[in-house]
Amino acid sequence: MSSGGNEIRMREALRDAMAEEMRRDENVFVMGEDVAVFQGAFKVTEGLLDEFGEKRVRDTPISENTIVGVGVGAAMAGLRPVVELMTVNFSLLALDQIVNHAAAIPYMFNGNVRVPMVIRMPGGGGHQLGPTHSHSFEALFLQIPGLLVACPTTPGDAKALLKASIRDENPVIFIEHESLYGIKGEVSEDPDHILRFGEAAIRREGADVTIVGILKMAHVAERAAEELSEKHGIEAEVIDPRTLRPLDLDTILESVKKTNRAVIVEEGWPHGGVGANLSTLITEQAFDWLDAPVQRVTGADVHMPYSRRMEQAAMPHEENVIEAVLAATQGAFDG
Amino acid sequence: MCLIRRFEEEAGRQYQRAKAGGFLHLAIGEEATIVGTTSAMRDDDYLIGTYRTHGHALARGTSADAVMAELFGRDTGTSGGRGGSMHIFDAGRRFMGGYGIVGGNLPLAAGLALASQYREEDVVTVCMFGDGASNTGNFGETMNLAALWKLPVVFLVENNQYGMGTALERHSAVTDLSQKAAGFGIEGERIDGMDVLEVRERVGRHIEEVREKGRPSLVETFTYRYRGHSAADPEVYRDKSEVEEWREKDPIESFIKVCTDDGVLSEEDVEAARREADRTVEAAVEFADGSPEPSLDSLYEELYVVSETMGWYAVDERSPEPHRGELGEDAPEVARGLAESGAAHAEGEDAEQQSRPGVRD
Repeated sequence: MSSGGNEIRMREALRDAMAEEMRRDENVFVMGEDVAVFQGAFKVTEGLLDEFGEKRVRDTPISENTIVGVGVGAAMAGLRPVVELMTVNFSLLALDQIVNHAAAIPYMFNGNVRVPMVIRMPGGGGHQLGPTHSHSFEALFLQIPGLLVACPTTPGDAKALLKASIRDENPVIFIEHESLYGIKGEVSEDPDHILRFGEAAIRREGADVTIVGILKMAHVAERAAEELSEKHGIEAEVIDPRTLRPLDLDTILESVKKTNRAVIVEEGWPHGGVGANLSTLITEQAFDWLDAPVQRVTGADVHMPYSRRMEQAAMPHEENVIEAVLAATQGAFDG
Repeated sequence: MCLIRRFEEEAGRQYQRAKAGGFLHLAIGEEATIVGTTSAMRDDDYLIGTYRTHGHALARGTSADAVMAELFGRDTGTSGGRGGSMHIFDAGRRFMGGYGIVGGNLPLAAGLALASQYREEDVVTVCMFGDGASNTGNFGETMNLAALWKLPVVFLVENNQYGMGTALERHSAVTDLSQKAAGFGIEGERIDGMDVLEVRERVGRHIEEVREKGRPSLVETFTYRYRGHSAADPEVYRDKSEVEEWREKDPIESFIKVCTDDGVLSEEDVEAARREADRTVEAAVEFADGSPEPSLDSLYEELYVVSETMGWYAVDERSPEPHRGELGEDAPEVARGLAESGAAHAEGEDAEQQSRPGVRD
């Protein structure tokens, strides 16, 4: 989120990733609701129709399960579809094709066929869209064997990770955050620069506590860390996993073994969440290094309310992260 | 057709002997629909089906050995023992799979056809599904998209008149399913699914028209399954007399009669064909029975392709050991131990009971 001349917005970085891969491989094509003429509900596919035409940039009917299933079938026959689901919320309509088909087929047919496809979907709350349009389903997809799950937080990562996703042989759930589309950041102009799955980024180094932030919460965690440093003298190490499956657990464990404390921040629901899973892994594999219970900061366990005030109350903020860090550090760094 | 009939009868027998587990859906009575269709297809056309597709694979040329071995859950099965009866697969013969979710294969068919259209190949995809699937959301969604995009798919409803145990007139507002094509602006036709020559001729015409005109069509083959929905079906929903009535229209016997009446086949030819089917199926049972179980080391394999974009994955998070592995065989020792002790339950006293879920089969 730094400023500079060579910077572009997240949505442009994603668009560039698709355009570059489409130029590189004619089997790559994009389809989804309103991705062509309308240029994407969030303008992520802007300009693609003009450059690549109707064959490779395809508007679909509003038929989520079928859109994903058509992608699966096309991938089985050797194409490389990039499917856009207008939002994460609508992915619920496509869960049969995602779970029983995209994820299961390679394994169920013993590797005799592959499903190299990307399913992009933006999610998250904060826009007063209420209970059916504000979901965070990282945990839902994280649970499914056979899927890769990406959740990039910067334009540079988003571009490099989407390019890797398109080149990868596995079905990828590529989760974007609606609030991050406008942020600016540097991106690599090397057309072969990719970010491998399973490589976390350490956004800020610190020795006192490890904060893991998912999607928008990686940014919230960074801001909270600055305030912790200024006001509490606590130096937090902030880790952005960038992909949840595979998860770079080694980087997280290494940090926890240094700081002896961990706080996990996500926008999704608490029960069975990303934090619940990661907390278990840390407890199982670094119990002896922990000086305090692992803390989780999550969205409230309710359906997202519409009212601006209520919605903000249901979402995690910097204060929640700071409070969790203070609970984890239990006064160890006071004065 | 003789081979499919014999194979299915034997599969039922092996299921009773607990050699095959899970669910077993037999297509006895539906052979003309299967063979009439596949005999009208080109080798490079795609076929995709449901959970009742042993016969479809056989008709495409998959060996009875490999299909029977899949039913036995063996390493030599079409899916290495991971798919079972409902998930037969043979990409080499462009049989793109059997699928366990009703209607789940329809969007996949559209995707296969999209790939052919995209590459400007004149390949047709034949998508076979049951009458029950014509009520799913996928049916409406996929028919619309395929018609809109002019995809080369023949959607073929194998109407055996029951969605599991619910009769056609109790599950579909329109019982002539070919009429459902009208809502999507494509051609629909109901044909006699018990007459292999009619199926071959009519479906063949649809395939060629779809190939030429590049737009989908809907064919309904009116047929019947003699056996229950699955091997564990008590068939309380229909009279035995109804089954007997349909047996009178048996697709194999009626085809034999046509051939012998016309002098195309002699009684001896027919007997030879039956004996050949017997031998093939006997050999398949022997092959399956003698085939190895899948290796436990392979439990975690084929879940992901490991490449430069994804260099590793967590093999099993239950393990507190270092969890990075490129192959299933690199799984940590705890994961391997759990797999081995779990596999031991396959031999226990309750093993047979475990393999008979009985809830919704």
